[in-house]
Amino acid sequence: MYALREAFAAFRRTPVLTGLSSAMVGLALFAVGLFALASYNLHLALSAIEERVQIVVYLRDDARQSEIDLAEKELGELPQVAQVHYVSKREALDNAKKELPDFADLFSTSEVNPLPQSLEVELKSGSRTRPVVESIARKASSYSFVEDVQYGREWVDKLFMLRRIGAVTTVVLGAGFFLVAAVIIGTALRIAIFARREEIHVMRLVGAKNGFIRRPFLLEGAMAGLLGGLLAWLLTYATYRGAYAFLFAVAWIPGAWVLGALAAGALFGALSSGMAIRRHLRDL
Amino acid sequence: MIKLTNVSREYPRRGYALRDVSFHLPKGEFAFLTGHSGSGKTTTLRLVHMMERPTAGEVRVTGYSSQLISTREVWKVRRRVGFVFQDFRLLPGRTALQNVAFVLEVTGTPRKEVMPRAQRLLAQVGLAPKAGAMVNELSGGEQQRVAIARALANDPFLLLADEPTGNLDERASRGIMDLFWDINARGMAVLMATHDLELIRKYPRGRVLELDNGNLVYDSQQA
Ligand SMILES: Nc1ncnc2c1ncn2[C@@H]1O[C@H](COP(=O)(O)OP(=O)(O)O)[C@@H](O)[C@H]1O
Ligand SMILES: [Mg+2]
Repeated sequence: MYALREAFAAFRRTPVLTGLSSAMVGLALFAVGLFALASYNLHLALSAIEERVQIVVYLRDDARQSEIDLAEKELGELPQVAQVHYVSKREALDNAKKELPDFADLFSTSEVNPLPQSLEVELKSGSRTRPVVESIARKASSYSFVEDVQYGREWVDKLFMLRRIGAVTTVVLGAGFFLVAAVIIGTALRIAIFARREEIHVMRLVGAKNGFIRRPFLLEGAMAGLLGGLLAWLLTYATYRGAYAFLFAVAWIPGAWVLGALAAGALFGALSSGMAIRRHLRDL
Repeated sequence: MIKLTNVSREYPRRGYALRDVSFHLPKGEFAFLTGHSGSGKTTTLRLVHMMERPTAGEVRVTGYSSQLISTREVWKVRRRVGFVFQDFRLLPGRTALQNVAFVLEVTGTPRKEVMPRAQRLLAQVGLAPKAGAMVNELSGGEQQRVAIARALANDPFLLLADEPTGNLDERASRGIMDLFWDINARGMAVLMATHDLELIRKYPRGRVLELDNGNLVYDSQQA
């Protein structure tokens, strides 16, 4: 418990230094937080767009119901397909009226229904890639009663690219910011330890164990990291609220990310403190 | 107790600070380590405290050997051997009592016992009235006493002292010397470095070890 008391005493003794190091850590982790917020929302947006990637198989008017049922069943059994939904000519017309109210009159006055019946093929979430989409489209067009198959060709490609860029930047930039945060914690603690090097030296000379000397510094590092993490969380949350109120509806990052970042902050603090104190305990 | 066997300490570029020194200090003995400035007195004390290793030979302190001890377990030697440093190494900005209590605290004394024991140690060196004073506001002789109280904190069997009267006037010197003899009378060995031959002459009961340029040139027990 000496370690805990000492760690708190360090905060009291040098409030400016520890406060400053926590603040620096907080700012660095804030950058990580902003980045997490941005990339998480990008991820959500891309997923939402991706959800809409689907293949529409337009059927000829003279297709027989048994043929349609067979195609629906066969397509539905493909491993990449989540579900197949049949849209009749009637439903197509109703949908069109709903989505295009300006033309609703035109549709209702006309005697014949010009819209084709179709099968909407929805893909599983990992399968919305160009090769999959193309192979399914090819299979669908091979049915004799199929008029046309449509899907956003260039769209699928771009989306896939965007996703990859998003993933790579998240990892690279996130790691970069985290590294910066680690360096800052390390430097701040090095300063804190340097300020107390005489005390550390005396402790060793009078027979304190290395572990005993190290412990309060590890705790202090962990607390500085945790405090910085909390500060970063507050700043990020404030930014999120601001963006939500004044820009557009963004989503808050998952709670597990926040907890993970706090834990990582504490761990990083303890770790860099351990590294910083090591050279003071090395000599006889 | 402590035993130096053919101990040499060489510094890169500076050459030998100590060369082939051997002596044995039995339990409860009072010994002066004397010699000109630069003859190797401080180096000898540092070797006994295991603040550094000899470049040749072996230093043994109770069961511990300079050849085997590691950074991690050197605390065991430090608790058995008190060191009164020439520059005291007190923590400024803390009181006399806090400086003594600090040692007890960091060497694992139960919390309840720390303050009473620190008080008792200060009383032992005659500094009880100044317990609450900041060490940087104390006189040289008073700081010396705080340093001694601190060195005694873990009840060592040997006390090392590096020029403890070096900067003190006649009166303060005598007070400090009496204190060391008191401590020795209670069974603790003392190894005191001093270049002051006058002082040694006043205490003929002490053993004398003389260093010259890193060589042990005189030992009153071998003479
Ligand atoms: N850390 C060191 N590096 C280099 N030379 C040293 C070091 N410590 C001591 N010496 C040298 O070793 C010799 C003995 O020094 P020291 O033991 O301090 O002598 P004394 O205490 O008798 O005055 C001196 O020549 C000194 O310059
Ligand atoms: Mg000296």
